[in-house]
Amino acid sequence: MEPFFSVNHLSKRYQARGRTVQALDDVSFTLARGETLGLAGPSGCGKSTLARIIMRLSPADGGEVRFQGQNWLALSGQELRAARRHVQMVFQDTHGAFNPRATVADAIGEPLRIHRIVAPRDRQAEIVRLLERVGLGADYAARPVLQLSGGQRQRVAIARAIACRPSLLVMDEAVSALDVSVRAQILELLVSLQSETGLSCLFVSHDLAVIRAVCHRVAVMEMGRVVEQGETDSVISNPQSDTARRLIAAVPTLRKDQSHA
Amino acid sequence: MSLAPLLKIEGLSVTYHCAAQPSLRNVSLQLQEKQRLAIIGESGSGKSTLARCIAGLLPRGAKTEGQLIWNGHPDKSHQARFPTPGRDIAYIFQDPSASLNPVLTIGEQVAEAAIRHLRLTRKQARAHARDLLTEVQLPNPDALLSAYPHQISGGQRQRVAIAAAISAAPKILIADEATSALDTITQAAIARLLGRLVSANGMTLIFITHDIALASSLADEIAVFQSGRLIESGKAQDVLSNPASGDTKRLLSSHLDLTTPPQIRRAS
Amino acid sequence: MTVLSQVFRSREGLVGLAILFVVAASGLSAPFVFPNDPLSIVAAPLIPPFTDRALPLGTDTLGRDVLACLFHAARSSLLVGLCAAAAALLIGTVMGTLAGFAGGIIDEALMRITDAFQIVPSFLLALAFVSTIGPSLPIVVIAIALGAWADPARLTRAQVLSIRERDYVASARTIGMHPMEIAFRQILPNALPPVMALAAIIVAAAILTEAALSFLGLGDPNIVTWGGMIAEGRNVLRSAAYLSIIPGMALLATVLGVYLLGEGINKAFAGQGAAR
Repeated sequence: MEPFFSVNHLSKRYQARGRTVQALDDVSFTLARGETLGLAGPSGCGKSTLARIIMRLSPADGGEVRFQGQNWLALSGQELRAARRHVQMVFQDTHGAFNPRATVADAIGEPLRIHRIVAPRDRQAEIVRLLERVGLGADYAARPVLQLSGGQRQRVAIARAIACRPSLLVMDEAVSALDVSVRAQILELLVSLQSETGLSCLFVSHDLAVIRAVCHRVAVMEMGRVVEQGETDSVISNPQSDTARRLIAAVPTLRKDQSHA
Repeated sequence: MSLAPLLKIEGLSVTYHCAAQPSLRNVSLQLQEKQRLAIIGESGSGKSTLARCIAGLLPRGAKTEGQLIWNGHPDKSHQARFPTPGRDIAYIFQDPSASLNPVLTIGEQVAEAAIRHLRLTRKQARAHARDLLTEVQLPNPDALLSAYPHQISGGQRQRVAIAAAISAAPKILIADEATSALDTITQAAIARLLGRLVSANGMTLIFITHDIALASSLADEIAVFQSGRLIESGKAQDVLSNPASGDTKRLLSSHLDLTTPPQIRRAS
Repeated sequence: MTVLSQVFRSREGLVGLAILFVVAASGLSAPFVFPNDPLSIVAAPLIPPFTDRALPLGTDTLGRDVLACLFHAARSSLLVGLCAAAAALLIGTVMGTLAGFAGGIIDEALMRITDAFQIVPSFLLALAFVSTIGPSLPIVVIAIALGAWADPARLTRAQVLSIRERDYVASARTIGMHPMEIAFRQILPNALPPVMALAAIIVAAAILTEAALSFLGLGDPNIVTWGGMIAEGRNVLRSAAYLSIIPGMALLATVLGVYLLGEGINKAFAGQGAAR
């Protein structure tokens, strides 16, 4: 049986200063329903490029992505726009991800309107329901998004992403710019959404501790390649690749004894 | 023998121009020479405001109350001479793409403080810059001298910013969320670099971060800020093992590392 | 605070707004205060100003009331200036948005057309247009707009190119928004602030161009305009200089008012941008 979501031999190159840079090189992995797959790696490893290709924001040079039995990269025009409701993204920069002039209701209402999720007269009620689902009160609806704090904006971003009831959510370093206490809350929200709706999630992060908190499996990337894949616990307890080892060593741990080298 | 502290902050309050609330409220703190102080807290807690006030980088129109006493001299005329920005105090900003000038070469930027404060000639300054780039562990220092910031990666840019900061051998280094914009691997490397440089050159370090674990790896003393107030301060191991305030406890409990129980149950 | 209230806070904005208010008020009140045709002869010609209480600003070479003409001309000058500027901005922002958003060959084609209109001096273009087709108010408006749309087009395109790369535009794409909606409802409103600053200059230039066209006798002969009044006074400049000076000063005040208001709006937008 075909997996719910699969990336097969994806590649992307671009020209920079006369040289060809291989941003992605033969990347393959699968994702099952209700599963969260972590994409871990240092900056420049290609994980964000991969996320953008999956979101159809950039073209790929080779390989295919199969989603819901379709050749995802072959869709275009109106067919693509309609199918986009099934795959949504939460961005890293909570400030830049919103139209500066939008209110919370505008931001959440747009996908509802475009995909006709509910009748126009029910839209306001649906916005309130989504706000409450992500832990914000109904009174947030009229507020300009940019007046909210980083954590609140990211909740609005999640509400906007789940508004059209997608089956796949791509979180591109979505908690990296947040305060630590807010980070935990957003991860909690993600996990509860997943258990409630069976949402699958592709979680891109350079922080292995965050990946370990919410991902069932992890794919470790370096220089455009997937160097290691597997269950999160086994990759972390028994890393096979140098990149995984470096990521594990880089996680800051609380040192209660003071001995500076 | 007790020396006067390098910096004594008394009752410092800062209100930005047109702000309804003060960003810092009645902060009192002491900094000893060669000490490593970590200032931790969430966004908006006032950590950057304190750092900028110490470095003299507050914007025009910001009102300050209270005192900053350097080397035990409350005398204002002495304060005009010490600390001199660039020579006595260096500041490393969060975003290396924004803190480096895109139209100047790396060599020019790293040499700038040395030319201005140490009165080196251009040739001496260039050699000095090359040494600094080696000290911050950048490859090909000769080639880098003529390169531009956009030609290197984020982590490398931050190393350049550090090299530029220590160029005139300052006594005090302020790192304001200097690793927050970098990935964990680079973050760990930059933190190690800062620790090494500070020890090797006998500098005093003020390290600002929202990551309590990173603070614990680098600092002797920790000061916790919340909503513009200093909530708690003391030796790092004391603050971490026996946090007195609820805010510190909250910061500690939100910390995620590879031993924290994961939030999802996984099929074993 | 809203842009409008910020404009009120700056000195330039207030002065500009005050001047324009006076000009607009005189134009709007003209049909009530001076209900008769301003081009009708009411008294002896060349009566100097401030001599006759019924004719505060005197009469011109044909005996027409200068004050009445001044008020009525305020309407036509402001109307032409605003309409021409609005048309130029509309054409310019649409062209700029399409070029910046579409990119590629559409961008190239539109920019070459923009180049063509930008190279020709705008006044000569307006002159050629009006003298070929004939002087009437709508033609004058179109002629001025043709010379003025290229600058806002370039500025809009530059803004759009920058905004196009922002995350919120990517977000709009990922939720399946139609490209035209993204271009005109997400990008364009955010691209407008610097174009609005240019708008004030375009209005001022349009008013001046219209005055120049009228001065050369290429304006609509059936309506009174400040340019036309200045032209009329040209022949008697030595004996009755007031006939040219008075409408000239009205023109100066209006253009100054528009410029100052533009500065005020500029500052208001800059203040908002800094606050964010």
